[in-house]
Amino acid sequence: MSNTLFDKVWDTHVVKKIKNGPDVFFIDRHLVHEVTSPVAFLGLKNRDIPVLYPERTFATADHNTPTINQHLPVKDPLSANQLKALEKNAAEHGIPYWGLGHEKNGIVHVIGPENGITLPGATIVCGDSHTSTHGAFGAIAFGIGTSEVEMVLATQCIMQPKPKSMRININGALSFGVTPKDVALYIISKLTTSGATGYFVEYAGDVFKSMSMEGRMTVCNLSIEMGARGGMIAPDETTFEYIKEREFTPKGEAWDKAMEYWQTLYTEDNAVFDKELTFDAADIEPMITYGTNPGMGTGISNGIPKAENVEGGAATYQKSLAYMDFNEGEDIKGKSIDFVFLGSCTNGRIEDFRAFASVVKGRKKANNVTAWLVPGSHKVEDAIKEEGILEILHEAGFELREPGCSACLAMNDDKVPAGKYAVSTSNRNFEGRQGPGSRTLLASPLVAAAAAVTGKVTDPRELLTMETSNN
Amino acid sequence: MAYDKFNLLKSTAVPLPIENVDTDQIIPARFLKATERKGFGDNLFRDWRYNPDDTPKTHFVLNNPIYKGKILVGGKNFGSGSSREHAAWAVYDYGFRCVVSSFFADIFRNNCLNIGVLPVQISPEFLDKIFKAIEVDPNTEFEVSLPEQTFTILSTGEMETFGINAYKKGNLSNGFDDIDYLLNLKKDIESFADTRPF
Repeated sequence: MSNTLFDKVWDTHVVKKIKNGPDVFFIDRHLVHEVTSPVAFLGLKNRDIPVLYPERTFATADHNTPTINQHLPVKDPLSANQLKALEKNAAEHGIPYWGLGHEKNGIVHVIGPENGITLPGATIVCGDSHTSTHGAFGAIAFGIGTSEVEMVLATQCIMQPKPKSMRININGALSFGVTPKDVALYIISKLTTSGATGYFVEYAGDVFKSMSMEGRMTVCNLSIEMGARGGMIAPDETTFEYIKEREFTPKGEAWDKAMEYWQTLYTEDNAVFDKELTFDAADIEPMITYGTNPGMGTGISNGIPKAENVEGGAATYQKSLAYMDFNEGEDIKGKSIDFVFLGSCTNGRIEDFRAFASVVKGRKKANNVTAWLVPGSHKVEDAIKEEGILEILHEAGFELREPGCSACLAMNDDKVPAGKYAVSTSNRNFEGRQGPGSRTLLASPLVAAAAAVTGKVTDPRELLTMETSNN
Repeated sequence: MAYDKFNLLKSTAVPLPIENVDTDQIIPARFLKATERKGFGDNLFRDWRYNPDDTPKTHFVLNNPIYKGKILVGGKNFGSGSSREHAAWAVYDYGFRCVVSSFFADIFRNNCLNIGVLPVQISPEFLDKIFKAIEVDPNTEFEVSLPEQTFTILSTGEMETFGINAYKKGNLSNGFDDIDYLLNLKKDIESFADTRPF
């Protein structure tokens, strides 16, 4: 019975059910970028077949792009070649391509929602695991591999077994200084990186209802980090207000018709989930990770847990702490850091820059910190300028870079050197993720800002409180 | 692309008893710049396998000649993280045809199935037995039977079954891929697309 939000959207996209096999699953909108698409286009060429619905695919360059001097030719020949390949493939198949310098260019999961490509009740895929971001709009959105990118290009479908359903409820109000990123890191720390594998998650409760679209995107973005294929939130007035009048959203009568459908996208009261979890908003404080997967996170005022209190093998845990050069039981607060990265599909939106600016305003960047502030798109960059945030950043000694995935996965030159610590608003603290030997501490834009001005791991509430009391 | 048929595999195995092996370890992002699917095996586990000056790290299992074979045995939650199919390509290109673990991340498992690498999920207890068997004798042989859906430690005869859906099993044993299947449904897909509001 289709009575959860997830079922309602999934079941209306099944072209065919295969007995003891996956569903033939229709994809409304497909996003491609330069890294995971070239081999898929090559596959089409080898089979001599066209893209079935080029108007349902949108292409951008983000993963493997520089974040300075984008007006100049890309220096690295391999990267330049990959970008050229996407441009050529898009042109050949009639796919809209928003390359470097294009006003709509940016990180694939930032520009989808920004341009109204992301809609409630739609199915959205991309060769990128953080496609789960788009679930914030009540879409079913998830990452796929390159073989599946080729399937979508060729047939607009993939073969996908229906995942199990999980609901995560958080009621109550978030405390001062606690952001959507902290909510997500808190959930992942409770579930571990594999706790939701095999499930599709719906986030429900007061906390998500009162969250902005930017915040919902941050939460859904991180669903994959607990193993879930995706996460979603029922669309409401906040959602409709966000998408209205964007370039690719339905207009006029089509909008009214779509609204009728979107109003039905919620989980019925009698719905049953395969798994249901409930947390209390009051238990969440600003979070930070101390290890080498996103599940290794802790409240900023707690220390690094002892191995005996951690689920999983002690050997793996100790290997992870050794990589970070941290010890069990130590405080995380006060640890000296070298880099700060604000950006990525997780926290590269305007709200994230507002939050960062709220902490650094009237302060100065710490001398020991190199900071990379990378907007998620040109539209975010424009908003940063229009809202006067750029001046605040400049006064505090920060520079703004050009849009892209940047140091989140360090495919370009934005690499954290071996042994250095980075407080990053991105999504993964895996070994070497931000450059070979780099050590990543994942946190919210507020925690990142506090680290940027103090040069060490600092509870942003101390700075924000100070500011409040000074005024 | 279509791939080799998979039915019976008898081989020694390479042990990697680490949990949460993520796809950034399997192949770091800086090696994803190719526009063709070749050469990824050279960078499999790059940063665990090589020092920054490209000399091999002697203690890493792939650099130890006593461990070899077409089966890679990993700890719980193998393949978590990024959706990069390059991770599965690297595993394949290096010469592995089967990855064994007590738990796989979803996208990695799918990617393996789509390129002809068989992910075999077995119980944590059986995984321990496999690691122990290799520890005692690195030349221990294992048999993977796709038709029977069994994984056997040949020296002791201990065996466990594994799950795979019938559709994917058929694809692997015949070397078919999903696109062949989907292209045959093109008419159904087109009629379906006409009903979509956006």
